[in-house]
Amino acid sequence: MSGVRVIKGGMLTTIQDTGRWGYQSRGVPVAGPMDPVSHRLANALVGNERGAATLEVTLLGPELEFEDERVVAVTGAEFDITLDGRPVPLGTSFLVAAESHLRFGQRRRGSRAYLAIRGGVSVPPVLGSRSTHVISAMGGLAGRPLRTGDRITLGVADAARPTVTPPADPLVELPSRPARLRVLPGPQADAFTSDALAALQSAPYTVGQQSDRMGFRLEGPRLTHSRGADIISDATPLGVLQVPASGQPILLMADRQTTGGYPKIATVISADMAVAGQLGPGDTIAFSMCTPREAMAALIAQERALMVLEMGRQ
Amino acid sequence: MNAFQIVPAGDAAFVVEFEARIDPSVNARAIQLADALQAARVPGVLDVVPTFRSVAIYFDPLRTNGDVLLARIEAEAAKPSSDRGTGRPAVRVPVCYGGELGPDLAAVAAFSHLSEAEVITAHTARIYRAFMVGFVPGFAYLGTVEERIAMPRRDTPRVRVPVGSVGIAGVQTGIYPMETPGGWQLVGRTPLKPFDPDRAEPFLITAGDAVQFYAIDHDRFLDIERQSRATAVAIGVRPGSDPEVRSRRRERCADSATVLPVRGGFLVPPKPRRGDGGREAILP
Repeated sequence: MSGVRVIKGGMLTTIQDTGRWGYQSRGVPVAGPMDPVSHRLANALVGNERGAATLEVTLLGPELEFEDERVVAVTGAEFDITLDGRPVPLGTSFLVAAESHLRFGQRRRGSRAYLAIRGGVSVPPVLGSRSTHVISAMGGLAGRPLRTGDRITLGVADAARPTVTPPADPLVELPSRPARLRVLPGPQADAFTSDALAALQSAPYTVGQQSDRMGFRLEGPRLTHSRGADIISDATPLGVLQVPASGQPILLMADRQTTGGYPKIATVISADMAVAGQLGPGDTIAFSMCTPREAMAALIAQERALMVLEMGRQ
Repeated sequence: MNAFQIVPAGDAAFVVEFEARIDPSVNARAIQLADALQAARVPGVLDVVPTFRSVAIYFDPLRTNGDVLLARIEAEAAKPSSDRGTGRPAVRVPVCYGGELGPDLAAVAAFSHLSEAEVITAHTARIYRAFMVGFVPGFAYLGTVEERIAMPRRDTPRVRVPVGSVGIAGVQTGIYPMETPGGWQLVGRTPLKPFDPDRAEPFLITAGDAVQFYAIDHDRFLDIERQSRATAVAIGVRPGSDPEVRSRRRERCADSATVLPVRGGFLVPPKPRRGDGGREAILP
């Protein structure tokens, strides 16, 4: 089976598919791409199924050598990328010749890029998923980020699935300043003082330095608990804002643990998680409350754009 | 008794909350509901997660009618609780107590004014309930341990706790499924692996299970460890891929003790102590 050799691993390059669902009752975190829309777009561009494994590239990208000719695409964060020293375009598919080197250079905007390779990355699935969860050393390549000397095997391309034309408009808005994230209150908004939801929306929060795939520690207006910062541990959904005693919320992301013991004031809507996944330390977030109807409309619009693209394969 | 409320958690999850206390009967309600929803295989439902007193239902909002799902959950949650239990046999967990495998046994004995043998007796006498599984893959919160041996966590967590370590933290007890930092008082170690993705059944303990520890000596510990490795080889998985499996173990276990009756009673376990969230939250 042909593969890709890792010349340089980059800061945190991990193999991700759509996540390890179905095992949270066993304490197994979901993982999966931080920006699921860019992940899915990258797969569509090269003619992969949406669940194929891609490489998630974080802040400082890798250098890779391809053993055979492959169609690839890079979406999400904007990097200067070269193929054997020549610049290549983002957000569209292009051909990589055998033996050539793909190198991620300067990052321009966003935090995470997705490199989809036609045929997909084909490490053995663990509990049904190829997603890397570094903390539990599960999935991907030995449960860890890529590093120099690694070799990852690639799957066989499905000839019936052609590549697609890139979308005219970006599907994920790379974070402006501040990034706008819409939230729905709960599941424990009542564990906070009545003005806490207003406080959450009153000024931007900064993503702290101690932020990673598990979650973003946010610095901004303090949220006050009405009856202590402890609850009986319960499940922790993607995008939830849990608030420890400090009153500074933590936005839980792809690698979050399955359960936690802090009250959760609000939850970022599904449609905005792609934008959240492009944030990194120092970025700012403006939260705004929305309605379930708005959340659903936003998700449907996003899904429609992706499906039009996926079905428009010619 | 049947009181519950259903709260949305964002646009892709509902949480069913039962009474806000840690109690076997409340926990049984949550697990019964989770089992029923799992068994129903409702289209669009991605995950069902029971915890001490709640159940989270994760779904794909684009492939699920939220109102229909909500009605379904409500109907299941309103069903009377059955006392059937899980129907699964108790999980019996062999533990080599004390010595290098249980470096805090002496401290727990000093804390409880008991001999090491009496601590072992107290720890093995009870049948514990697995209230929930969380934090890291396969970590079951077992409770509750006898009050006398319910020693709080160590002031300074260990940087590395070996796989299989059996710890006490207040009235909770549990087995470390992977090598992580940890602050529980380590009284022993089991040769069984609570989580092994290469095993036909990767998880040793499921929420709702009854779990009982029994004392083994060090030779038996090594025997079982060898057997489980042999089994792993027999079913065609990677042998020896586990860093915790090491051949050089000279340490000895404390003598196992006879089982004595202990008094009952149920206490609310303290929640796992964490730092201010984020990464520290991984420490059980």
